Amino acid sequence: MDRQATMEQGLTQTAFAPALSPAARRRQLREKAIAGIITLMAFTGIAALILIIVFVAKEALALFTDPAARHEASLSKMFLAQDVPAGRPAFRWQPVSKIPKVSMIPLFVGTLKTTVVSMMVAVPLGVFGALFAAEFAPRRLRELLKPVIELLAGIPSVVLGFFALMVMSTVVKDVFHFDRPLNAMVAGLGLALAIVPVIFTVSEDALTAVPRSYREASLALGATPWETAWKVVLPAAAPGILAACVLGFGRAIGETMIVLMASGNADVISWSLGDSARSLSATIAAEMGEVVVGSPHYSLLFFIGVQLFIFTFVLNLLASTWTKRVMRRLTGGAA
Amino acid sequence: MKHATRRTVGLALTAFTGLCAFVIVAVLALILADILEGGAAGVTWTFLTQPPSDGMMGGGIFPAIFGTAALTLLMTVAVMPVGVLTAVYLHEYAPPDSLFARWVRVAVVNLAGVPSIVFGLFGLGFFILFVGRGMDRVFGHEEMYWAQPGILWASLTLAVLTLPVVIVSTEEALRAVPLDHRTASLALGATQSQTLARVVLPGALPGILTGAVLAISRGAGEVAPILFTGAAYFLPELPTHLNSQFMHLGYHTYVMATQSPDVEATRPLLYATVLVLLLLTFALNLVAVIIRTRTRRKAAGAH
Repeated sequence: MDRQATMEQGLTQTAFAPALSPAARRRQLREKAIAGIITLMAFTGIAALILIIVFVAKEALALFTDPAARHEASLSKMFLAQDVPAGRPAFRWQPVSKIPKVSMIPLFVGTLKTTVVSMMVAVPLGVFGALFAAEFAPRRLRELLKPVIELLAGIPSVVLGFFALMVMSTVVKDVFHFDRPLNAMVAGLGLALAIVPVIFTVSEDALTAVPRSYREASLALGATPWETAWKVVLPAAAPGILAACVLGFGRAIGETMIVLMASGNADVISWSLGDSARSLSATIAAEMGEVVVGSPHYSLLFFIGVQLFIFTFVLNLLASTWTKRVMRRLTGGAA
Repeated sequence: MKHATRRTVGLALTAFTGLCAFVIVAVLALILADILEGGAAGVTWTFLTQPPSDGMMGGGIFPAIFGTAALTLLMTVAVMPVGVLTAVYLHEYAPPDSLFARWVRVAVVNLAGVPSIVFGLFGLGFFILFVGRGMDRVFGHEEMYWAQPGILWASLTLAVLTLPVVIVSTEEALRAVPLDHRTASLALGATQSQTLARVVLPGALPGILTGAVLAISRGAGEVAPILFTGAAYFLPELPTHLNSQFMHLGYHTYVMATQSPDVEATRPLLYATVLVLLLLTFALNLVAVIIRTRTRRKAAGAH
């Protein structure tokens, strides 16, 4: 024990640092500087996220500090029924009328309507499509299917909005006998085009992460391929598929151009899919161009931006937690 | 249930999932066919090289093509160094369980999920009203010079938006460079930065290019972030300064589709514009897919 201690001491004493030549020292210094710069660059991502919320919130802050803005657009005016003559709708978004009406309820309803329509279409298509690609498709077909769907993801949203506006609107109007060509249904279907690739890709990743041994065990017990896929593989990948849906949901809430072009943008509250709808994101895009910088209306639009940021941020955190969970369970748990 | 029935039911449901996959592909084909059919006749040499005329009812889209190209070029110059070095930090420099690296990853994932319209608000609030006003004050411009929408601010906004794309693909590329290459270089006495510059980055170059191409394709198609940071409705002259406004293919599409006085008259022009935009982003995406499959195959062979 004692001898060992002295030996260790001796070792540390003999292991001296060699005297560095000036050139070597310079090189060491340069290495440190480069590492420092690279670390600094890595800070940009964090800084960007912080700057986004800080500067969007900063422009919205006037709503709570400026007395005039507080009078025109208080939280109660945004979220509770407004004082209007009987018979008129109590929730309206008309921030530039003589008496500004700033209820956000029609915007929430509009966003929810288009988003729900898109999820109803995109979730089954995306998840079942992914199940097909991961479980049943021959290898050749799968390797073709994935890039093709990535191609769909690569279509700019303004092009999807254009397609919804020019082509889908007339088809939907004829099929469902709606009064207006632009309505929540068209916007929702357009949104579905944008989020199907997200749901497909993330679901497919989760499904392929399920170990082969699960499938082999199930098949060996006499289950058919479908039963294996439906009762073994799908439940094992469930958190990942939930994450895919949440990511798609977040994307649909924030998507702007499609809704702006195809929804008709009227601030009506109705649950009919044939009525026009105005979403949160489209409101910002449509009104920011004409607004006076610093006016209550301007702050209101930034306030909508803050809400969008918070919604999508929470949804993203949920999705990444679930993705991590499924990956840990399937890779760590199975080993 | 008998095994035969279970098999039939299973096969039917399997066919249903196949149908779902088919529907997605069919819709994509439908979109492409419609745009190709409507726009192919309109894409002529004059259309590509002339400015719009007759109040957008005639002429071409050259300023929009030029504006989109200039915008994405500036964006690429801004985003590539930051994105690549961030990925280098995450994969090469960060200590194994560094808390800072974990925070960077969380930030990047969340940055990718921020709605594009919020990036537009950020560009307006931060770049134009904060940085732009500050620069005007520092340089002593009497009237607004920097504190107005312009191509520089729009491209920087897009650079922030595409940062996650570059980081993710660069990191994937770095992962494909075998560890042996690094250890061999270090064993020969190269320093870490020399190894990075001469061995790791050249090895990862195809993947980094993929990231650049994907970022360009994403940036060229986004409209919401440039709505209030610099895109102009109609501007026959090309952007000459960093604070000039510019025309943009996507914005041009949006304006023509929603604010045209005569939809039927502008329809051919609109379809042709969409076709050009789509061809541009698809060509870029295709290049990215090709480079990526090639590198993946090579990486698989190297191990």
